[in-house]
Amino acid sequence: MTERLTIDDLRRGEAATIVTIDREAVDPENARQLHEMGFDEGVDIELLHRAPFGGDPIALRVGNMCVALRKRLANMVVVARVVPE
Amino acid sequence: MNVAVLDPLAPGAPRTDGRAPADTPVSAPMVAPMVALVGNPNAGKTSLFNALTGSRQKVGNYPGVTVERKTGRLALPDGRIVDLIDLPGTYSLSPRSPDEAVTRDVVMGAQAGERRPDAIVAVIDATNLRNHLRFVLELRRLGLPMVVALNMADLAERDGTDIDVAQLSTILGLAVLPTVAVRKRGLGDIAAALSTLLAVIPADAGTYLPQHEMGLRREDEGLLANGVNANADLLLLQREARAIAAAVTTQRGSARRWSQRLDRVALHPVSGPVLLAGLLFFMFQAVFAWAQVPMDLLSGGVDRLQHAVSAALPAGDFRSLLVDGILHGVGSVVVFLPQILILFFFILCLEQSGYMTRAAFLMDRLMARVGLNGRAFIPLISSFACAIPGIMATRTIAEPRDRLTTILIAPLMTCSARLPVYAVIIAAFIPDRQVAGVLGLQGLVMFGLYGFGVVGALAAAWVLRRTVTKGPTPTFLMEMPKYQWPAPRDIGIGLYQKAWAFLARAGGIILVSTVALWALATWPKPPPGATQPAIDYSVAGHIGAALEPVFRPIGFNKEIALALVPGMAAREVAVSALGTVYSLDADPDHPQGLVARLRSAWTLPTALAFLAWYVFAPQCLSTLAVTRRETGGWKWPGFMFAYLFAMAYVGAGATYWIARALG
Repeated sequence: MTERLTIDDLRRGEAATIVTIDREAVDPENARQLHEMGFDEGVDIELLHRAPFGGDPIALRVGNMCVALRKRLANMVVVARVVPE
Repeated sequence: MNVAVLDPLAPGAPRTDGRAPADTPVSAPMVAPMVALVGNPNAGKTSLFNALTGSRQKVGNYPGVTVERKTGRLALPDGRIVDLIDLPGTYSLSPRSPDEAVTRDVVMGAQAGERRPDAIVAVIDATNLRNHLRFVLELRRLGLPMVVALNMADLAERDGTDIDVAQLSTILGLAVLPTVAVRKRGLGDIAAALSTLLAVIPADAGTYLPQHEMGLRREDEGLLANGVNANADLLLLQREARAIAAAVTTQRGSARRWSQRLDRVALHPVSGPVLLAGLLFFMFQAVFAWAQVPMDLLSGGVDRLQHAVSAALPAGDFRSLLVDGILHGVGSVVVFLPQILILFFFILCLEQSGYMTRAAFLMDRLMARVGLNGRAFIPLISSFACAIPGIMATRTIAEPRDRLTTILIAPLMTCSARLPVYAVIIAAFIPDRQVAGVLGLQGLVMFGLYGFGVVGALAAAWVLRRTVTKGPTPTFLMEMPKYQWPAPRDIGIGLYQKAWAFLARAGGIILVSTVALWALATWPKPPPGATQPAIDYSVAGHIGAALEPVFRPIGFNKEIALALVPGMAAREVAVSALGTVYSLDADPDHPQGLVARLRSAWTLPTALAFLAWYVFAPQCLSTLAVTRRETGGWKWPGFMFAYLFAMAYVGAGATYWIARALG
């Protein structure tokens, strides 16, 4: 059972799967960069850290990689929680 | 393009002795084949390059851009020599920044002044196959002979990831060779594979430029640049790479991610910033504490040399040139080599361990407040060593206005060339005592000066982003590589290159300006029976006197005004200039060190104003030249000079008058 939400809704240490990237809302450059960093539909991610002084940017595990990005961009990525079996 | 042999394992035409047959005409000189190392950032590409070439490296620049060009030589098992070139790390062949553009242009044979490589070594991180393979697939389309270095193979194994190398090689149609660059493992296999690969390509392949294909690619790019298509293309490669990675890897148990464990401390909202502040403070204290002994040795050596020359030569202009000009001037700068090396040592360690990007993550919020990006933190930290590599490091910032702002404020970070200036003035005017039992007052003042520079830089960025570099808020998206122990070899080679660059400066611009200043300060000679110090009659004395009215309101005397002029060539020259001026000015029967001379010649407000001037000082000519190159014109360096001059003037003036008012 999964629910629809964005990366920013995840708790620290929570794993999820990327459902879709809102490519309309992201400019092509940023979308490209997201793909180069391994973002894609179906990829597993995990929210690792929120930065001090306001929780922005955030650090994610994307596949095997650790990626830092600002919330504004992260909110363009729709995810689904991975519910532990 | 059909010259490529996609199966390098196929038997080529192996040569028995690696030398050309005796009957080959020797008219044309043999050009060594060129092999490019290409890979994503953090694949360990530079480590592999260092391991393959050792210290036999040449560092230069590509014409027109400040992107570093690193080459070295590698001997193949067949006896041939190849030129290896270490290209800037990039995630794809669609460049966003100038250094990524160099990588694309070189591998496509479109870089001015560079041959197209005869072969490519694609360096990939075994622990992050899916992302790195995507780039390999993109590179494979170039059609150049290629081998894949599956680097950090040991880390994949430690993480419990088994990679079926033979299968990967079959799928890719390329030789795949596990390597551990930091432990020099797998290097022989790379050399052997290159030997096979280069044996079968036509002799003229190096000069063969597939122009028609290049043209097509450029056109494709134009089409693809419309965004959606480009991303669709990328997406396909990305998915193919993921499928390949999934097919060739087996995970035993769950990966042990100790980088993530370290990050729980390093990126923690409380312990993270505390750790960062502690590291920076430790770094600056160490720069002073550890450098003391080697610096004393160096300055002792210079003193002995000066005495030896003085004793060996008769008094006269030539002796004065050697002793007061060259030895004193260059010597007073070379003494700072230990401090500069220690600072670079820390910066190299922070970079190679992977911590620097964590610092960028922690600082992003603060940087965003002044309209910058966490990425700007890395060039700014490098600028503590020298603004030139700092400004060059801004090439990794994609957004032009963001990059421009970072370039403009980089000179406000206290570079190591200012250390000599600070160190002399602090030694002369700040008492050497302990505060709170543990911290040296001199070290604290130094830390404070660095602090002023940082605050000034942030304030300047804030103003610039709201005025001249106004624009949309940039985004921040960055890979944080896994932590690694910095390899001593990589640190050593890095330090060697920094030391060499510094000494080349000391032997070049600093030597020339010192000699020029000595000449200006020596001639014309004072008339017989002159009552004032000899320097007052010289050309330099007149220049100083002419500039003095400009600087008198901020508490500077004419010796300082005079030293500021060569200080433009390189900041640390101001110290050697003061050394030269005061040494020529000194009573020859009672020679004193510069510190003692300054103590008697300057008041405390003047000294403090001088320090304040150098916090904001209009930067050296080399910085302006690099800024011109990076921004493509004189407009921005001109602006940079003007705004820094204004800041320095106001800052020094305010310091002087406040210090005087407080007595």
